[in-house]
Amino acid sequence: MSELPLSATSDAALQAAPATKARGYWATVGRRIRRDKVSMACALVLLLIFLSAILAPWLGLEDPYKGSMIRRLRHIGTAGYPLGTDELGRDMLARLIYGGRLSLVIGILPVILAFCIGTSLGLVAGYVGGKLNTAIMRTIDVFYAFPSVLLAIAISGALGAGILNSIVSLTVVFVPQITRVAESVTTGVRNMDFVEAARASGAGPLTIMRVHILGNVLGSIFVYATSLISVSMILAAGLSFLGLGTKPPEPEWGLMLNTLRTAIYINPWVAALPGAMIFAVSICFNLLSDGLRSAMDIRN
Amino acid sequence: MLAYIARRIVYVIPIVISVALVCFLLVHITPGDPLVAVLPADASQELAAQLRSAYGFDRPLPVQFGLWLVRALHGDLGNSIATGRPVLAEVLRAVGNTVTLAIAAAIIGFTMGILLGLIAGYFRETWIDKLATSFAIAGVSVPHYWLGMVLVIIFSVQLNWLPAVGAGPNGSNSWAWDWAHLKYLVLPAITTSVIPMGIVTRTVRALTGDILSQDFVEALRAKGLHERGVFRHVIKNAAPTALAVMGLQLGYMLGGSILIETVFSWPGSGFLLNSAIFQRDLPLLQGTILILALFFVFLNLMVDIAQAAIDPRIKRG
Repeated sequence: MSELPLSATSDAALQAAPATKARGYWATVGRRIRRDKVSMACALVLLLIFLSAILAPWLGLEDPYKGSMIRRLRHIGTAGYPLGTDELGRDMLARLIYGGRLSLVIGILPVILAFCIGTSLGLVAGYVGGKLNTAIMRTIDVFYAFPSVLLAIAISGALGAGILNSIVSLTVVFVPQITRVAESVTTGVRNMDFVEAARASGAGPLTIMRVHILGNVLGSIFVYATSLISVSMILAAGLSFLGLGTKPPEPEWGLMLNTLRTAIYINPWVAALPGAMIFAVSICFNLLSDGLRSAMDIRN
Repeated sequence: MLAYIARRIVYVIPIVISVALVCFLLVHITPGDPLVAVLPADASQELAAQLRSAYGFDRPLPVQFGLWLVRALHGDLGNSIATGRPVLAEVLRAVGNTVTLAIAAAIIGFTMGILLGLIAGYFRETWIDKLATSFAIAGVSVPHYWLGMVLVIIFSVQLNWLPAVGAGPNGSNSWAWDWAHLKYLVLPAITTSVIPMGIVTRTVRALTGDILSQDFVEALRAKGLHERGVFRHVIKNAAPTALAVMGLQLGYMLGGSILIETVFSWPGSGFLLNSAIFQRDLPLLQGTILILALFFVFLNLMVDIAQAAIDPRIKRG
């Protein structure tokens, strides 16, 4: 379809036009994003990284924990070690692939948690309004008084190092941001006629929020949340990089970057590999989120 | 204008108090005793109790907060457990270095961002726009601590042009504006500038595109205004929002410098925070975060006022 010459494409588009109208909103969004080459390429890269992380034990890789003092810091392209070895002689390819497991979890889980908490808070604040809204939103304002990196580091610094603490601190960072977005879109929807109609026909507040409002606001909140994944990946790996997240010998990209810092004079490009993985995941999520945003903006 | 400023300042007071409360509570969410870093492992019960009352940890939390707040208002943030020196002096000295870094990065990042954003906005949907946008996306997606490492690998390890770590020759901590010191600033400043560069580019591009598609631009062009005059209108309309974004970014650079300062061993507030965390130096941790957060609140206030000064519509809103 996409390889047709321009005139043929527009003809096909014209013929398809009546059918498009019958389709639902999400089907249209899906069709639009499938046409976006950049988004599809990013989705493919992410799929590969996710699959290799999940399937790591069955890929026939070296043991990511087993090191050897005699084969430390081999260069990229060494026979048997396609991406070299790290400062303890562990296979970099295996560690990068296994590293995806923890890195992706600690990067994405905070956003998922914050999405659930922030959406609920914002929905309630926006729909109920009044004193409750003031209470929730003014509390949220306090967190906005901290730059997000500082807040994440302050909380995990106070709680101490650990995976769980780093997930908690990043969740705390993202909840206010998602709540604000959720509150503003909910406020925009709550006074619409169909909500009034639902209330007039006897629907309770919970039903209205769940059935009538959530469906209308979830899309925008979701897109906003996907745009946070990239930041979250960078910050989660950053916390591990500082020594506040994962503990050795666990393979995780941020921590690997930290332990390999001492090797930049001996084997610099092996030392830079884990960061390239973080960069790849982060940029793919950013581009995918941009693609999703424009695919959902049907007006254009 | 004065009334607006007064209103903004009144609005900031509860924020400042809540920020202080969060910083105060940080120490109390720490697992275990806040004294654990100072107490010797074999300390007797009496010694522990003595220290606890010396630090005031035996009083009820609200009382502790009140006392802490009053002392903080007098500029007393306690003494660092690790060095014994006053926290405020330690933090202020380090913040100076962070400000130097942030301003250098802001000059690079904002100039690049505004230029790229204007060009991309003017030439929308052309290859120039695509190039500038890719640059911006790369800027916001790159783990900046890794970029710092890569720059060190290229410019320090391989080319040996610039120093890899520190803020001056022979590990000096006092900053001076000469080439010997500036050499140390180049890599950290470039690294810090990529995120603001990306965000400012995206903002300015969107603003320029929006403004150029508005009817009044059409009218300006129709009445025969030359393109330079149109450009001035674009700048004027984009300025308030762009300024707000840049102010926020400057705040992020000041408060979020810990990762970059760690990579480059830059002796700023982030570096101080890092050592405070790992030495479990809670007064220092608390003080550094408080000062940085207050800086951020103050900066936001300044941005609001500057925005209102440029755009009279905001005052009424």
